[in-house]
Amino acid sequence: MKPAQRRVVDVVMAWLTALAAGAVILPLLMILGFLLLQGASAVNVDFFTHLPKPVGEDGGGMANAIVGSLVLVGMAAGIGLPIGILGGVYLAESRDRRLPWVVRFLADVLNGVPSIVVGIFAYTLVVLPMRRFSALAGAVALAVIMLPIVVRTSEEIVRLVPSSLREAALALGIPEWKMVLRVVLPTARAGIITGVMVAVARVAGETAPLLFTAFGNRFWHQRLDQPIAALPLQIFAYAIAPYDDWHRQAWAGALVLIGMVFVVSLAARLATRGRLSGAR
Amino acid sequence: MIDGIRVGALNAWFHGLHVLHGIDLTMAPKAVTAIIGPSGCGKSTFIRCLNRMHEVVPGATVSGTVLVEGEDLYAAGVDPVQVRRRIGMVFQRPNPFPTMSVFDNVAAGLRLAGVRRRADLQEAVERALRQAALWDEVKDQLDKSGVSLSGGQQQRLCIARALAVEPTVLLMDEPCSALDPIATARIEELILELRSALTVVIVTHNMQQAARVSEATGFFLMGEMVEFGVTRALFTNPRDKRTEDYITGRFG
Repeated sequence: MKPAQRRVVDVVMAWLTALAAGAVILPLLMILGFLLLQGASAVNVDFFTHLPKPVGEDGGGMANAIVGSLVLVGMAAGIGLPIGILGGVYLAESRDRRLPWVVRFLADVLNGVPSIVVGIFAYTLVVLPMRRFSALAGAVALAVIMLPIVVRTSEEIVRLVPSSLREAALALGIPEWKMVLRVVLPTARAGIITGVMVAVARVAGETAPLLFTAFGNRFWHQRLDQPIAALPLQIFAYAIAPYDDWHRQAWAGALVLIGMVFVVSLAARLATRGRLSGAR
Repeated sequence: MIDGIRVGALNAWFHGLHVLHGIDLTMAPKAVTAIIGPSGCGKSTFIRCLNRMHEVVPGATVSGTVLVEGEDLYAAGVDPVQVRRRIGMVFQRPNPFPTMSVFDNVAAGLRLAGVRRRADLQEAVERALRQAALWDEVKDQLDKSGVSLSGGQQQRLCIARALAVEPTVLLMDEPCSALDPIATARIEELILELRSALTVVIVTHNMQQAARVSEATGFFLMGEMVEFGVTRALFTNPRDKRTEDYITGRFG
């Protein structure tokens, strides 16, 4: 290849990759722009502090659904994260070959199970025996969706911790479990939290598995074994209703949902930035 | 103190591959013993058998005896974790814990062994850092990350980390192979100072280094110990033809 030709290829490729990178963020920007356009007018103090108004009355808000979503995702994280992270550590650290292979394979299958099916699973497992829809059932469904994501990302990250660090710890006379807890997990912390955030963001927007588990609620939930409102459910209900005001509120709900995911991700990112001065 | 380290009929395997063949040798206490040999001769495997780190790798097995101060590390019922507390190890590449500060790195072994009192930790950390000739360079940055130090400082930090738990033996697996000559010289000075306090075994592929720091040297080749003796004698007047070929640079 002649130098002139090479320079042309260089410039063209540089632009192509830059364009592709732009194309990645374009959908997000368009979604955000559209949501702002449609929903920003309905996002006001009432939206965060009031319950939905009865049919026919304008105004009101989604306070119960915002809190409901936080409760559901919080409970799901409480169930799913410990199991997922510990499971990932097992997959990465175990010297056994067969069981990890099976677990890994099944986790990938679970990841591909449609979320509505996970909803049916939680319905059979929790709703039927308890004889009512509940926040707990919704949280179980969301936790099941989180599990494979958390397990697999935790495994990958823990695997990335250099073996030289494990050896350093073992050579100091540190038992294996303490090595994992005090050396491996802290080293993998930032990566694990990224995986956790991906999982949280994913389930925060899930609608299908909540339809017949958390069920939705137009009022405040009183207890966790009762139906609870959730933003995605509320958005769904409002979006298919025939009222313009509800449509506006659905847009606003979507905007708030994305905003919440964004804030939580950003907070986690900032929180995991090196505590130690001079750390990379 | 009785004898330092006595190795008897030591064999090691990786997944059935025989990598160490019946090693017998006695290393003097409070002295430096060097192990030299070409890459793949089993010298790293050998040193890893001395603190039961060999078996950490899946598929690795050992037979034979390693007596440290009269106690067999491979006797039934011996806890490898306890063994490693008494026998420190420094690796080829500096490997400080990246999430810990300089102080926490040195204190790691003690903390994980259950030492809690701040004053005890501070005292032990300062003593270990002084012993590793690092105190003056880092005393004002104990809170900085361990990986923010230079390569040579990181390696001395790792030595301090190993010394903090007050081992009786320090194993060094090519501790200078990732360092520049100046950092190497400092580590060598350090080894000569440590000699008065503990038994040092150093694996190196640098023959000059072995000659500079050790009293006794063993030459390994293809999993066997070809020759073992006083360092000066081994380098000036080797008994075995293969040793002579190696130290004169005719192979390896």
